[in-house]
Amino acid sequence: MTPPDPVGAPRTWRKPPFIASPLLRYGLWLAILVYLVWAFGSLPFNWERISEGLPRAARIFGGGFPPSFERSELLLTGFKESFQIAILATLLGVALSIPFAVMAAKNVAPKPIYLLGRAVIIVSRSFHPVIVAILFVAAVGFGPLAGILTLTIYSIGFVGKLLAEEIEEIDWGQVEAMKAAGAGYLATLVYAVFPQILPRQVGLSMYQLDSNLRASAVVGIVGAGGIGGTLMNAFGRYDYDFAFAILLTIIAVILVSEGISGWVRKKIW
Amino acid sequence: MLEITRLVKRYGRDKPVLEELDLKVEGSSVVSIVGASGAGKSTLLRCINRLVEPTSGSIRLNGTELVNLKGRELRRARRKIGMVFQGFNLIDRLTVMENVLAGRLGYVNLFQAVTRRYPQSDIERAFQLMERVGIAHYANKRADELSGGERQRVGVVRALMQEPEILLADEPTASLDPRTSEQIMKLLQSLASELSLPVLINIHNVAQAKAYTERIVGLRHGKMIFDGVPADFTKEALDAIYGGIEAAEDEITAEPGRSRQGVAHDST
Amino acid sequence: MVDRAGALADRVWRRYDRKQRMIRYAVLLATVMVVYWAVRDIDIFWPWVWDAPNQISSLGARMWPPDPSRLAAIVNALLETVHIATLATALTIFIALPVSYIAAQNTTPNRACLWLGRFILVASRSVNTIIWALLFVAIFGPGVLAGILAIMFRSVGFIGKLMGEAIEEIDRRPVEAMEATGASKAKVIAYAIVPQVMPAFFAIVILRWDINIRESTVLGLVGAGGIGVILQGAIDTFAWPTVATILIAIVVLVLIGEAVTGLLRGKVL
Repeated sequence: MTPPDPVGAPRTWRKPPFIASPLLRYGLWLAILVYLVWAFGSLPFNWERISEGLPRAARIFGGGFPPSFERSELLLTGFKESFQIAILATLLGVALSIPFAVMAAKNVAPKPIYLLGRAVIIVSRSFHPVIVAILFVAAVGFGPLAGILTLTIYSIGFVGKLLAEEIEEIDWGQVEAMKAAGAGYLATLVYAVFPQILPRQVGLSMYQLDSNLRASAVVGIVGAGGIGGTLMNAFGRYDYDFAFAILLTIIAVILVSEGISGWVRKKIW
Repeated sequence: MLEITRLVKRYGRDKPVLEELDLKVEGSSVVSIVGASGAGKSTLLRCINRLVEPTSGSIRLNGTELVNLKGRELRRARRKIGMVFQGFNLIDRLTVMENVLAGRLGYVNLFQAVTRRYPQSDIERAFQLMERVGIAHYANKRADELSGGERQRVGVVRALMQEPEILLADEPTASLDPRTSEQIMKLLQSLASELSLPVLINIHNVAQAKAYTERIVGLRHGKMIFDGVPADFTKEALDAIYGGIEAAEDEITAEPGRSRQGVAHDST
Repeated sequence: MVDRAGALADRVWRRYDRKQRMIRYAVLLATVMVVYWAVRDIDIFWPWVWDAPNQISSLGARMWPPDPSRLAAIVNALLETVHIATLATALTIFIALPVSYIAAQNTTPNRACLWLGRFILVASRSVNTIIWALLFVAIFGPGVLAGILAIMFRSVGFIGKLMGEAIEEIDRRPVEAMEATGASKAKVIAYAIVPQVMPAFFAIVILRWDINIRESTVLGLVGAGGIGVILQGAIDTFAWPTVATILIAIVVLVLIGEAVTGLLRGKVL
């Protein structure tokens, strides 16, 4: 062992960069820069209109405070409808999500059925509920029916996907045992598959009720019933104090519903 | 009578797991199948109730050919073949009674199955069998609250609920501690004679195979290389089956400890 | 086998004892009553419901075959949608990180900051993106700026909450070690906190980007830019074949988004 050479060059240390290749590193920065320029350059900003924003904001918030609960009748009717939409859509959606989840689970569904189930779930998940809502409003007219149909599809997509994943992860031994006892396909599902996914199913249903309630406030904006329509009208009529009252109530309701849903899920687990 | 002739099973293009296997089980004998992991023991049992599809060959149970059965016919055949699993394969979230009654799923219709409206005779049978193995007081407990030995008893009772003509046991004691596993072996042995039921047991523990069964079948690489009574099962046979891997001497010679307690009362 | 059948009366077995059954019936009854109320009370014209399948299938028939003639405009709008989602996600990071820092129990400077942080997160999360968009369209007029702001305001809550949780879960010991060296607050953050929350940070941002792509497809329906503007236009003019093309384009965009996030996750984590 030789002692360190005192006349050698002073040793330096630098943190090794996160991305080893300098080309890639600077390339990435460059790419980000180019993207930003491109994105900002290609987006149409109407600066003239935007510059009016601050006085408008002042007017809106000035008009919005204090929020007015004078027309609480309208507010209640809107919320009642939102609740009804959320409850019916959750029941329908959760019930329908079970067959679709079975169809979309690779281990229990035959290949063609699996592909069909998968496709249904992917398509219903790709569309934001608001888009689905517009289509249903166009098909079946304004009102809560469109809202229920929309949120049913939304629930099938979400609950169906997670349940299908859950089914794919079940303990297969229980299925084998039922098969060995000579049970038919449906009896095997009822005995060996459903008990295993039940806790998840209940949790997901509670979660879905909560998120359907949130979403029902939104689909109303495009005419599918519920409080969203009331909010949209208030905004449209520059009725900002009422609009803010609705907004505050929505926030309060969502917080309460989130709390209840979380509490129930914790209880059940 | 179970008659297996020229049974072949291969997965994909691999070397066959079972090669032209012949096996005949008559009367109510307890047969143990021994062999190293991967020798094809589990595949053999699963071919019999068709949880695994045999590639070729014939399996006849009391005159019925099992290999070509489909759908309803297959389920009818399966309900006459009870199976006990290594991992118990109980439905954890259901009660002991529901698990036991699940053995009747091949007999009841879907409505009865879903609403748990089993015929009174099934419920009576369930209670009797559970009393026989000492788990009747757990009827309404959830299956996942039981200890390993108790769980395997539930598994045995579930298989017997099928009124089977043959019982298959796939490593029934491998997930249990030594003492409990002996109790389960003893239980299988005595149930076989009480119900005059042929029993096929896959087992790793050679000492237990010798102590509790009347006939030992040795498998190696999918071929049968030993078939005889425990007395003939020598060190040479053991070496042939396990390929000369040193087995502890006492594993073949030691007599398993005779019971300290009644079989049915180890519930702790 | 033990044989004492006949000597005893038929033994009964029930799945649930009396109390459990009462609870089950009570829950069932409550559910049925809620559903009954919802169905009876909701403002639905029932003949429309029975006609809905017809209406939906006739709408589907009008959409077929998709009309690709406006594909160029659609692709441009999709790019705009991606820009909105990406820019908004990037900008959100600068707001969400400080907020998550003050909203995490273990790093917050004082209680006032903690509550301020939590208030920001809750306010952001309880208002849906599309409602934010409604507000910003009213302020800044229709256009992409309203869209970007809406996505940002919703994402702050999401990223901030999850980052706050990640910060709360860090290992305290490195922080103590850094403090013991006499490092300043900023240095402690850089050396002990940042490295620990880095993986969570990337995962959360990628996840939110994926969600934002979906969300920004609907911004246009309230005038906040992106593909939704064209969609609304096509629906208003009853150009159903074009609507079909747009819907397919959205599915493709969402699937690409999912593929990209999957890829990024694999690369970064």
